[in-house]
Amino acid sequence: MMSYFKLFALAAISFLLAGCPQNTIPDPDPTDTTYGGDTGASTDGMDDGDLYGGESFGDDPSAGELGMIIYFDFDSSEVRAQDQDLVARHAMQLGNNPGIRVRLEGHADERGSREYNIGLGERRAQAVRQMLMIQGVSVDQISTVSFGEERPVSFGSSEDDYAQNRRVEFTYPN
Amino acid sequence: MLSKLRYIALMGLFAATVSQADLVIDVQGVAQPTPVAIVPFGWEGTAPDMPLDVSTVIIDDLKRSGRFDPVSEDKMLQKPTDGADVDFQDWSFVGVEAVVVGKVVQTGDDAYTLQFQLFDVFGRRQLVGFRMPSITRATMRGAAHRAADMIYEKLTGIKGVFGTKVAYVTAKQQGDGRLYSLIVSDQDGFNEHTIMESNDPIMSPAWSPDSRQLAYVSFEGSKASIFVQTLRTGNRFSVSSKPGINGAPSFSPDGRKLVITLGGVDGNPDIHVLDINSRRTTRLTTHRAIDTEGTWSPDGRYIYFTSDRSGGPQIYRVSATGGTPERVTFEGSYNARPRLSPDGSRLAMVHNDRGNYRIAVMNLERKDLLVLSTGRQDESPSFAPNSDILIYATRQGRNGVLETVSADGLIRQKMASRAGGDVREPVWSPFPRF
Repeated sequence: MMSYFKLFALAAISFLLAGCPQNTIPDPDPTDTTYGGDTGASTDGMDDGDLYGGESFGDDPSAGELGMIIYFDFDSSEVRAQDQDLVARHAMQLGNNPGIRVRLEGHADERGSREYNIGLGERRAQAVRQMLMIQGVSVDQISTVSFGEERPVSFGSSEDDYAQNRRVEFTYPN
Repeated sequence: MLSKLRYIALMGLFAATVSQADLVIDVQGVAQPTPVAIVPFGWEGTAPDMPLDVSTVIIDDLKRSGRFDPVSEDKMLQKPTDGADVDFQDWSFVGVEAVVVGKVVQTGDDAYTLQFQLFDVFGRRQLVGFRMPSITRATMRGAAHRAADMIYEKLTGIKGVFGTKVAYVTAKQQGDGRLYSLIVSDQDGFNEHTIMESNDPIMSPAWSPDSRQLAYVSFEGSKASIFVQTLRTGNRFSVSSKPGINGAPSFSPDGRKLVITLGGVDGNPDIHVLDINSRRTTRLTTHRAIDTEGTWSPDGRYIYFTSDRSGGPQIYRVSATGGTPERVTFEGSYNARPRLSPDGSRLAMVHNDRGNYRIAVMNLERKDLLVLSTGRQDESPSFAPNSDILIYATRQGRNGVLETVSADGLIRQKMASRAGGDVREPVWSPFPRF
């Protein structure tokens, strides 16, 4: 509705700028969806839907709107089926831009010993690294670091907290 | 990179300002403690009071050990400060087995002598008489701990650890990020000194055998590096900063080498020995599993480490000069972070006890495993230099706190950090050298 109003206002302004013509046909009522009598023809409104809705996320210009985190099952470094497309999109982006680099940050949940968890976080980062390399990303474009359990995003000790902390983050350093 | 790191360098560990009792200690003794009397120490000096209440420090040490029950002052029938005035009849009546008397004498502007005597009430004889000249206000607390150590050793036959220190890491919320601190304090929680601070994680502190240096892992610049820092000067140098994992440092008994974990670009964590002077590394394990958390046996012959080559993590050992690793632990699905007692008889570890991560100790001769802690998420066991006590981290709510437990599991104490934050990775210092 708003956009119709704007269009109408714009039309009115251009009308004024063009000067006042003699015989003008009045504009139809903009709220009408059909006009011109019963001709057997009909028109339909064009719905833009959510094209202009939504919100931006991530503040990394080189990565655009790609998801930056993938999660892992307990005691696993296997990339889940639903995340493989995301990894592929990172691979494509890196493949198309040989000048950019990615740092894969591996993380573990808090259970067990800290240095062993550094090993588990590294294993996850390496699983993603292997997947990127298979898809053609150059070895020089990728570095890995494991923070183990040292950088949790969720500080509790529930299964949900643990699930959020078992992750690999894609970081594109500037 | 440097601006991200707030590095408290050159502070001079022993000259830095003192924050009193940063750790509050809560004892849960279950053994039968021996009744003793520590008579208030005498004072001969210019000021009305002595600079430090020495007898209270000794009382607190002995009480905290869980093995002694010092009687309160109002039960004492006499308060001698010199051995010649001790009346054994009186002390026998009070019901104590041992009496300590002593005094502090000022000998200069900042110079004092501390002397004490320990008596066996039933045997009616002196067990220890010791004088420490040239004490200063700054060293008086240490001198009191040393007196407590001598009393403890004479009465129990076990070397005291009251004069030792602990190092640990704390993490606190700071704005959007976290502040990690590496802290050294006396074993009773006094004299906390922050020796390194960073907005990136700090991990795995390890004492040098002469207790003058700490090795640790720092993630400053979002990459793992191993540093060795000299406590007195605050100077530090990076000893390993290779691609991937640089972790889990532990000094060799001669202090010249570190066992470390290196992951490399391909991320296969293996045990390496690093010569600190030459920076040359020798790779000891090559398995594609995670091999980490290496630690030397006190005789220097073996390196014990964690490996998940059989599935879950278990403890293995390999000759310090290389060879085929042999598995050490078989009980349970998860055994990690080995640490040997300084006498070489026992192996401490993190053990999964029916879903709970707890501290367990294995007698290396009998091979039996004793679970010592009761938490859900206990970690980082470290033996005191007398092999009789361990310190570790446990959870209290969302924060880590420190606990100590006697190696027989009978006496457990909690140390709650007054400064707050998440306290983790305690490591007990070797014995100080006088």
